Amino acid sequence: MQAIKPKNDRINRRSFLRVSSVAAGGLFISLYLDLPAIAHETTQEPPPKVYPPDAFVHVRSDGKILITVNRLEFGQGVQTSLPMILADEMDADWSQVVSELAQAAEVYKDPVFGFQMVGGSGSIAHSFTQYRELGAKTRAMLIAAAAERWKVSPDQCRTENSVVYGPAGKSTRYAELAERAARQPVPGKVSLKSPSEFRLIGKKVPRLDSVAKCDGSQKFGLDLDLPGMKIAVVAHPLVFGGRVKSFDDKEARRLDGVKDIFEIPLVNGSGVAVVADRFWTAKQARDLLKIDWDLSGLERVDTSELWTKYKELARTPGNVAVARGDDKAMSRIPVARRIVAEYEFPYLAHTPMEPLNATVRFEGSKAEAWVPSQFQTMDQMTVAQVLGLKPDQVTFHTEFAGGGFGRRAVIDSHVPREAATIAKRLRGTPVKLVWTREDDVRGGYYRPMHAHRVEIGIGADGLPGAWRHVIVGQSILAGTPFAVMMIKNGVDQTTVEGVSDTNYNIPNFHLSAHNPTVNVPVLWWRSVGNTHTAFVMETVIDELATRARMDPIAYRRKLLKPEAKKLLAALDLLDQQSGWRNSLLKGHAAGISCHECFGTAVACAVDVSIENNRPKIHRATVAVNCGLAVNPLTIESQFQGGIGFGVTQLMAGGAITFKDGRVQQRNFDGYTPPYIVDAPVTVDVHIVSSTEAPTGCGEPPVPVISPAVVNALARLTGKRYRSLPLASV
Amino acid sequence: MATYQLNVNGQTKKVDADPSTPLLWVLREELKMTGTKYGCGISACGACTVHLNGVATRSCIVPVSLIGNQKITTIEGVGADPVGRAVQNAWVEKDVVQCGYCQSGQIMSAVALLKATTKPTDTNIEESMGGNLCRCATYVRIREAIKRAAEQLT
Ligand code: FES
Ligand code: FES
Repeated sequence: MQAIKPKNDRINRRSFLRVSSVAAGGLFISLYLDLPAIAHETTQEPPPKVYPPDAFVHVRSDGKILITVNRLEFGQGVQTSLPMILADEMDADWSQVVSELAQAAEVYKDPVFGFQMVGGSGSIAHSFTQYRELGAKTRAMLIAAAAERWKVSPDQCRTENSVVYGPAGKSTRYAELAERAARQPVPGKVSLKSPSEFRLIGKKVPRLDSVAKCDGSQKFGLDLDLPGMKIAVVAHPLVFGGRVKSFDDKEARRLDGVKDIFEIPLVNGSGVAVVADRFWTAKQARDLLKIDWDLSGLERVDTSELWTKYKELARTPGNVAVARGDDKAMSRIPVARRIVAEYEFPYLAHTPMEPLNATVRFEGSKAEAWVPSQFQTMDQMTVAQVLGLKPDQVTFHTEFAGGGFGRRAVIDSHVPREAATIAKRLRGTPVKLVWTREDDVRGGYYRPMHAHRVEIGIGADGLPGAWRHVIVGQSILAGTPFAVMMIKNGVDQTTVEGVSDTNYNIPNFHLSAHNPTVNVPVLWWRSVGNTHTAFVMETVIDELATRARMDPIAYRRKLLKPEAKKLLAALDLLDQQSGWRNSLLKGHAAGISCHECFGTAVACAVDVSIENNRPKIHRATVAVNCGLAVNPLTIESQFQGGIGFGVTQLMAGGAITFKDGRVQQRNFDGYTPPYIVDAPVTVDVHIVSSTEAPTGCGEPPVPVISPAVVNALARLTGKRYRSLPLASV
Repeated sequence: MATYQLNVNGQTKKVDADPSTPLLWVLREELKMTGTKYGCGISACGACTVHLNGVATRSCIVPVSLIGNQKITTIEGVGADPVGRAVQNAWVEKDVVQCGYCQSGQIMSAVALLKATTKPTDTNIEESMGGNLCRCATYVRIREAIKRAAEQLT
């Protein structure tokens, strides 16, 4: 009989270090974290812990220090900044530090989320202390080793640049101490540096992966080449959920190099997989397939019909997300002082530069997967499940990714799932599944389409006296394991974030949401709900400021809650750094916005003119409050890039639309993200100096740019822009 | 299938390929030179940019059968050229890359620009780099790095 074991003995022991000496004579340290989730298991004995094959630090005998990163590197720079944190506490010689991306393993799970992933701008925020402690513990063990060798007390030793110094002029390099250090007990508690002692943290440290990314040697998932590897592409149904009725592959099979063609089940519906020696052959063969699809019973989405439906829904209250203050306040405000604003936001594809891909080799009792994945734990589980294996029978390699923006964090793991399904049939052969750009643009998992309707009653003081807000959009999390946590009172919190938690002091505030079901798979898109909620808030507030004839920064300061200290500090810094607003060229206007999400506050000012009926963004000045700035150089690049990424929303071709259930765009010719001419010419980034815990910088830049730009446009044209994408200005 | 002799980065390479195969896939899959990237396959992103006789060209739409004896330069070979070297150095100095996936193409386009225009203005940069998409939007630093390389070269 099974007993429910009290888990206290396990979960109280939150972490410990594991040390092993390896053949190369190095020191490995790994921090193991118990999962809150396992507290629910029922089992006689706790299952043996799965230790990772490698760990976080490896002091090699050649002096190199290899630091393992428990994240995907896909541009955000963690492959440099996490090692910086560890190396700083360890007093490692930075010039000798190299880093690698971890495979999927228990030990590399996100300390807060409990699974291995990149998302929620959490890489630094969640692993800052973890990596500092790892560094400090490693350093303590190196000191203990030196002290043991010299027969002195550890207190008599100090460290600097990968060297331990002892009394009487003694000194030894870390590399020489590695083996002995590996045998030292792992310290339970270590003291961490005070900020004044940091040598790397807080400094502008260049990326470790620059050179390889400039000479073509950096390998991404799509570049993987294994002996005997085959390439697969899949013909997906043109309406989501479609099934293959029958297919004719006679012509396709005539192509030299085609290995196999067969139907595969998809998460929703089915498709036809083509396997060939080469990508070009596989793609040509796919083009030659004649597939008869069964589309019966499927909703055929039509964008204009959907807008009509969404706008109607927005006129009726949905499930209540926030109800604050006096519900009757609106009725007491004269109609002349009320405004109603209706907004439209289209579906958006992520289109990371590197098309989606996954490589799997199935060998009966085990398998190997190579995936540029933001969700290693889920993807590994999915591959295992498809192959009838346990997750730990699947060696899961995290491949460098060419961007992601949320697209590689898919709860149903549909890409690795397809790869595993194909690899299962081709047992023993590594199969690389490639999604072409067309597959990506048409393949769903978009930022959901949204409609907002806001009614505001303006008080005599020009501030909002009553606010009624309805948001309509599909739930990202319904039907997923996150639903329990993230759907409250029938409202997906990712639909309303950015409004529900607004920092503006609006006493009488009512927010509700409709989460309709539509036959389009949806997903988080860099900054998730904030992509649309910040746009609405920051354009409405700007309109209110204009009506009140107040400076847009002063108005925001006045309306922000005093507790919104981070955002207020960002606005102050923006004000100081955007003096250019007072000397704009003719035909130019400034636009302002500010927003806080993922714990980071951002204020933004842009200098915009109109060229060829489009906004030309001459400059963006951003003030960032992200707590302690671990690597200001990375923060600057995340903000420059995130601001540019946010311009996607403003592009004339920045929308995925449907007709008869089919996506109307197919590639970058129809769905056009910002090119160099569309992005701001300069982005100057100013960081609020802070010693608070660091918060994320991947997503917070994205929401501020589009509202700032249209606020500037409003000054130039007198029009308010509430429908995206931005057609001709 | 047909056999082609290609001049890649100054070396002659023999490949067997279907005549319709774009140069991009010949480089990546036959020659295992994966520095040149696939981003769209329709000449809309610039990730696949190489030089053909010095001219920046989208290798995803040029069939291998049309290459003939034109000199192909890829990201793996561009550093042998002083302008190529200067651009790569400026890219590293300015810490341009993020995910890095578009950067081979960006660098190839930038090298072609600097060979034609020694002191490029922002307008020159927007024209020459206008078809190179960077989803990470490293555009600000790309501008800076091009100007930096131009400075180094004079
Ligand atoms: S892959 Fe050639 S231009 Fe995009
Ligand atoms: S650096 Fe990521 S696409 Fe350009």
